[in-house]
Amino acid sequence: MPSEVTASSGSTEDLVADHVLEFPGGYTRTTGPVIGRFLTELRDGRIVGVRTADGRTLVPPLEYDPQTGEAVTGEFTEVGPAGTVESWSWVNEPRAAHPLDRPFAWALIRLDGADTSLVHAVDAGDARAMRPGLRVRPRWKTSRSGHITDIESFVPEVTKIVSPVRMEYRVRPGRALARFLEGVARGVFLGCRCGSCHKVYVPYRLSCPQCGVAISEEVELPDTGTITTFAINNLPDPRAPQVPFVSAYILLDGSDIPMIALVGDVPAHEVRQGMRVRAVWVPEEERTASMSNIKWFAPTGEPDAEL
Amino acid sequence: MREIAVIAFAQTRHSATDEGLTEPELILPVLDEVRERSGLRTFGFTCSGSCDYLAGAPFSFVSALDALGAWPPISESHVEMDAAWALYEAWVRLQHGDVDSALIYGFGKSSQGDLREIMTLQLDPYYLAPLGLDQVSFAALQATASGAERAELDEIVRRSRAAGRDNPYALDLPDPEGDAFEVEPLRPYDIAPITDGAAAVVLAAGDLARELCERPAWITGIAHRIDPHYLGMRDLARSASAAEAARAAGVGKGHVDVAELHVQFSHEEPILRRALELPESTVVNPSGGPLAANPVMATGLIRIGEAARRIMDGTAGRTVAHATGGPCLQHNLVTVMEG
Repeated sequence: MPSEVTASSGSTEDLVADHVLEFPGGYTRTTGPVIGRFLTELRDGRIVGVRTADGRTLVPPLEYDPQTGEAVTGEFTEVGPAGTVESWSWVNEPRAAHPLDRPFAWALIRLDGADTSLVHAVDAGDARAMRPGLRVRPRWKTSRSGHITDIESFVPEVTKIVSPVRMEYRVRPGRALARFLEGVARGVFLGCRCGSCHKVYVPYRLSCPQCGVAISEEVELPDTGTITTFAINNLPDPRAPQVPFVSAYILLDGSDIPMIALVGDVPAHEVRQGMRVRAVWVPEEERTASMSNIKWFAPTGEPDAEL
Repeated sequence: MREIAVIAFAQTRHSATDEGLTEPELILPVLDEVRERSGLRTFGFTCSGSCDYLAGAPFSFVSALDALGAWPPISESHVEMDAAWALYEAWVRLQHGDVDSALIYGFGKSSQGDLREIMTLQLDPYYLAPLGLDQVSFAALQATASGAERAELDEIVRRSRAAGRDNPYALDLPDPEGDAFEVEPLRPYDIAPITDGAAAVVLAAGDLARELCERPAWITGIAHRIDPHYLGMRDLARSASAAEAARAAGVGKGHVDVAELHVQFSHEEPILRRALELPESTVVNPSGGPLAANPVMATGLIRIGEAARRIMDGTAGRTVAHATGGPCLQHNLVTVMEG
C-alpha cells in the first residue's frame, strides 16, 4: 500500500516512498486442538501443559514432541502459575509492539510442573531485580480473549514488604537535663564534678557513672574546647545546615568527658583532632531551653591543643 | 557422491545505507562478475535466496529474475532462506547428474524496514510473535544463557571489525566502545550492522570444475540440521543442531585452516566454535564476518564464498563455512571445502 511519495527539491536522487505491508484486521489462524486448548485455558486464567509419550510436560503445548517428533498425548495438566526464571535479557527502551511500555525483562520461565520453559515478559521494575532463580507469577489481564498476551507479564513473587512505623510521644527531659538546658537557655554549659573521682562531666548529671555515687557539685564550663575526634557526614540530616557536615567530640575546657556537637564555619576537610573551637550561639532573643541555641562549634584560630 | 566445487564467487561492496538501487540493480553486477570469472553464460540450474519481508512486497524475488535473463525459460528455484540454502539445493540438484553447473545468488536490503521487527515475523505466531519479541531481544536471551564474558565478546567485535576494515567489501566500523546496552546484556556493537548487499556463487561438477577453475574449492561435506523453534524447548547455551551438522559434514576429519561463521551477535561465535569443535589454530572470520557486514539473506552464502575463495587463491587447504537461520541459531548449515 504505497502512500506519500516525496521528492524534495524535485531531484530524482531524493525520491522516497513510504510503504506499509499489513493484513487489515489481522491474519486469521486456526489453532488446532493442542494450541487451542492452551489458549482456551489461558482465557480462563489457567496455564496448562501437554504430556509427551515419555511423560514430560511441554509448556506451552506443541502438537509434536520436539525431541522425538512423536505426537503428544491428549493429556493436559495445569502448571504454575508460579515459575522460576532461567535466563533473561533487559529491555531499557521498549518497542511499540512489546507487551509493556516501561523497561522490562524478557525471560525463559520454567513454570512449576513443566519440563520446558515459557518465553514471556517480566515486569521487574529494574534490571537489578532480575536473576536466574527468581520466582515469578503471571499478572493476568482482566479482559482475556485466548491469546498469549492474556498474561500481561509475569511479576516477581512477594519476598519482602515495607512496614511503616510511627508512634508519637511526649517526653520530659528529667531533672539533670532540665538543669543543663536551663544553663543553655542563658548561654552557659553546666557540668558537674564527682565528689569521689573528681571527674567533671558535661552535660550536667546527677550521678557519676563510674563511681555510682550521687553528684552535688555543679560546675559552669566555658564554651571553648578541643576536638578529640570527628566524622564527616555526606548524607543530609535535618539537624545539620549543609552536606557534608562534620560532627565532632568536643572536650570543653575544664571537663573530662567530651560532648558531641556539629562543627561549622570551616571546610570539612580542614577539621582535625586537636583543633580549638568555640560554640556559636544563636542571638540572645532567639534562645530557648534547647540545644538548638548552639548553631555549631567554630574554630577559634588558636594553635592546636595537645591531646 | 558427485564431486562438486565452488568455482567462482562475487559480492557487492556492502553498504550501511540504502544507496538507491533496486534489488535487480544490486544483483546484476555480481552476476556479471561470476559469469566472467567462471566463463559461463548459462547454467544448468539457478537458485536464489531472499526474503519478501525485507522488501515488504510479495514475490519480490521474481522481479530479481530480471537481472538473470530467464528467457527462453531456465531451470530456476528460490528459497525464502539465506542463499546458503539455495546453494544446498543446487548441490542436491547437481547430484542428480544431468546438469553440471549452477548459479546461486542471494540479496537483501535491510535498510528499507525495521529488521529487528521483521525478524519477529519469522517466529511462531501463537506463542512468540504476539509478544513482539524482536531479534535483538531473543538474541540477548541467548547471550545471557551462554554465559559469555564481556571481555571475550569485546575482543570478538574488535577483531571482527578490524578484519572488516581490511576487507574492501565489508563496512568500515570503529573499534567497539561505550557501555550502553541495546538489550542487556548486548551492547549496540555486539550486533551485526544493518547492511544492504548481494552475493553470487557458481558451482560446477567434476571435469567442468577442473576445466573452468585452476583451484576449485571442492565441497567434501555439506549438511544442515535444525533445533526446535520454541526458545524454551532447547538449551540456548549451545547449538545442538550446529554440532550435528558439523559432524554430518565431517568438520573434524581434518584440520580446519579457516572457518567463516554466520555470527550475527558476538556471543554466537563461542557457541559455534564449541559446536564445530574448532581448535585455537583455526582462523575464524578473517573477512570480518557478519559483525562487519551483514547483507541479510546473502550473509550465509558469503560465508561459503569467503571460505571457498581462500582455497581458490591457494591461501588455505581446508575451510569450513557456517550459515544460520531462525531465532537463536535454530537452523544451521555447515559446508566443508578442500583444495
